[in-house]
Amino acid sequence: MSTQTPDTEATQSLTLVQAVRDGLATEMQRDEDVVVMGEDVGKNGGVFRATEGLYDEFGEERVIDTPLAESGIVGTAVGMAAMGMKPVAECQFSGFMYPGFDQIVSHMPRLRTRSRGRYTCPMVLRAPFGGGIRAPEHHSESKEAFYAHEAGLKVAIPSTPYDTKGMLTAAIRDPDPVVFLEPKLIYRAFRGDVPEEPYEVPLGEAAVRREGTDVSVFTYGAMTRPTLDAAEELADDGIDAEVVDLRSVSPLDRESIVESFQKTGRACVVHEAPKTGGLAGEITAILQEEALLYQEAPIQRVTGYDVPYPLYALEDYYMPNEARVAEGIRDAVEF
Amino acid sequence: MNPTHGAGRRPAILTKTLCRESGRFRYAKVGTVSTLERDPTEDMVRVLDEDGGVVGDVPDLDNDELVEMYRQMKLARHFDERAVSLNRQGRMGTYPPLSGQEGAQIGSAMAMADDDWMIPSYREHAAALVRGQGLTETLRYWMGDERGDSPDEGTNVFTVAVPIASQIPHATGMAWAEKLQSDGDHGAFLCYFGDGATSEGDFHEGLNFAGVFDTPNVFFCNNNQWAISVPRERQTASDTLAQKAQAYGFEGVQVDGMDPLAVYSVTREALQKARDPEEEQPRPTMIEAVQYRFGAHTTADDPSVYRTDEEEERWRAKDPIPRLESYLQSQGVLDDDRIEAIQASVEDEVADAIDEAEATADPDPQSMFDHVYAEQTPELREQAERFAQLREKHGDDAFQIE
Repeated sequence: MSTQTPDTEATQSLTLVQAVRDGLATEMQRDEDVVVMGEDVGKNGGVFRATEGLYDEFGEERVIDTPLAESGIVGTAVGMAAMGMKPVAECQFSGFMYPGFDQIVSHMPRLRTRSRGRYTCPMVLRAPFGGGIRAPEHHSESKEAFYAHEAGLKVAIPSTPYDTKGMLTAAIRDPDPVVFLEPKLIYRAFRGDVPEEPYEVPLGEAAVRREGTDVSVFTYGAMTRPTLDAAEELADDGIDAEVVDLRSVSPLDRESIVESFQKTGRACVVHEAPKTGGLAGEITAILQEEALLYQEAPIQRVTGYDVPYPLYALEDYYMPNEARVAEGIRDAVEF
Repeated sequence: MNPTHGAGRRPAILTKTLCRESGRFRYAKVGTVSTLERDPTEDMVRVLDEDGGVVGDVPDLDNDELVEMYRQMKLARHFDERAVSLNRQGRMGTYPPLSGQEGAQIGSAMAMADDDWMIPSYREHAAALVRGQGLTETLRYWMGDERGDSPDEGTNVFTVAVPIASQIPHATGMAWAEKLQSDGDHGAFLCYFGDGATSEGDFHEGLNFAGVFDTPNVFFCNNNQWAISVPRERQTASDTLAQKAQAYGFEGVQVDGMDPLAVYSVTREALQKARDPEEEQPRPTMIEAVQYRFGAHTTADDPSVYRTDEEEERWRAKDPIPRLESYLQSQGVLDDDRIEAIQASVEDEVADAIDEAEATADPDPQSMFDHVYAEQTPELREQAERFAQLREKHGDDAFQIE
């Protein structure tokens, strides 16, 4: 769970989406092979302002407004990456990644293995994901499990401004393709100190957000906040929950997951993605495989329901919240 | 759709201008300008007729190059026949034959310069051969060995792409990267695909990006008339596939794909334009090479279900190999002895490649865990270790699918 500390201590107070922008800018300054491409990323600065100002700073050849075509965006980025560039492609919402799905699963992760290392695909595919922002249909889903299921991809989901810049930097420098999913519910929810210099937060390493001894709660992305809130609420009742922010859902930090569970013997997994086939099942299986004899209670899953994501009049009821997370933790503790 | 249409007369040479009022391209005959500037709905570009008679401008190739073109086509044909036979004998897996398409593949690949790149689909074994990809590697690939799809540096051959049309955006992205990274001195990127691919979204998106970003691409459509069992007419209501290029803002040209000299000429010109266009000339070109696959889509397919003997015979009359052979004989470049010697040499070459491919040990089973990521993840390392233990305990015979 180490992080590389930056060279200087100059920091700025940024929101998560500003940290995306800052991470892109510092890597583009460092490496001219890094280009940003997608719909509305140029002059408009991105519909969430994630690329604001980059067009003016780096020009139209490095901050590229593309035609409205996700397979074209991902597919041309694959070709650019194969030729040694470092494209950071954006899909405007994760719900619109599916037209590019064939490229994401058939080519991004397979170029290296198919060619036995002759060709590689060092690209990043960014997309805002998750619910809770009162958006229209197809703008709120959490489908990280699709991408975590695909060998050859890495899948990163930050939950703080600091991690966002550090993990995005690590993703851009990674020799393999990374799907970088940004929890848009917390794009502007809070600020955090972010070093001005570039730094890496390694992919595949979880972070313990709250230490505790009674139960391990595994989560990531926008669910980290209600999970921490629930943990604080339960502390008043004498339940001491440990909250582990996975940060990467592929590769998973199995060591940290198992280590926490060996300490507590109880677990609850929280994500907004639907229950069936979600990452919570995978984490439960890891605990069964690696730490069965430590287990003292059934592992609880607090997730989105197995229904299509509802329009926003009902999304408050779909998304796990502090109350549901607290119930899940209690179920794990009071079994 | 008949490549002999227009036989006996030189193709009309047209130039196009954009009419500001109508927004449409207009074509005007200007004499002997670029073949690429012809209206693709006009007669396709041809150099040789079905009998090897000259009906167009013969490209500037010396005798050695012409003989080499012929030899490569003979090699590809013999390789193809042997590959199908290996499959029939159970010595190789499913294989996509190319017989009938040698003129398009070899004519276009020979037009490429060393710095150019080739982005194949999965049937371009002959084009890859011209670029320096060994027959042994091609055989190994179709024997199920990924090492056969790891082209040597310098061949500038990209990996095989099986999902139809999915390689087209890659070709655009590769050309785009080259354009962005170079100082103007760069190669061109030729992408092969079939007639069926033109119905896919990736065809549209790849060509559209190429037009918008003016990338140095040549989109080479091997229109072999059939996407497995679905005929060309079922893919599009357009008169030609080449005319689709106009929608993307660049030129499309239809060429007799069973005429290697015509393919060579058109491709060479398109590649040159991609590398070094004239002012305001778009770099990309789409070439529709009209041809026919004599065999099945793959060895798992039976074309007699969906097409007739008469149709096959009609196209066999256009076979690119006898056409070039007749032409070279008429020019005094080839005689019967030389033809016989070439046939013997290609048979030896293919036999050697088969021997070598079959003598190559299958990849180490543990190697499937390599090259998933640059650095193996702990989870994969564990899976690989467990797999090794199981192999040790049970022996590899226990792992054969029954």
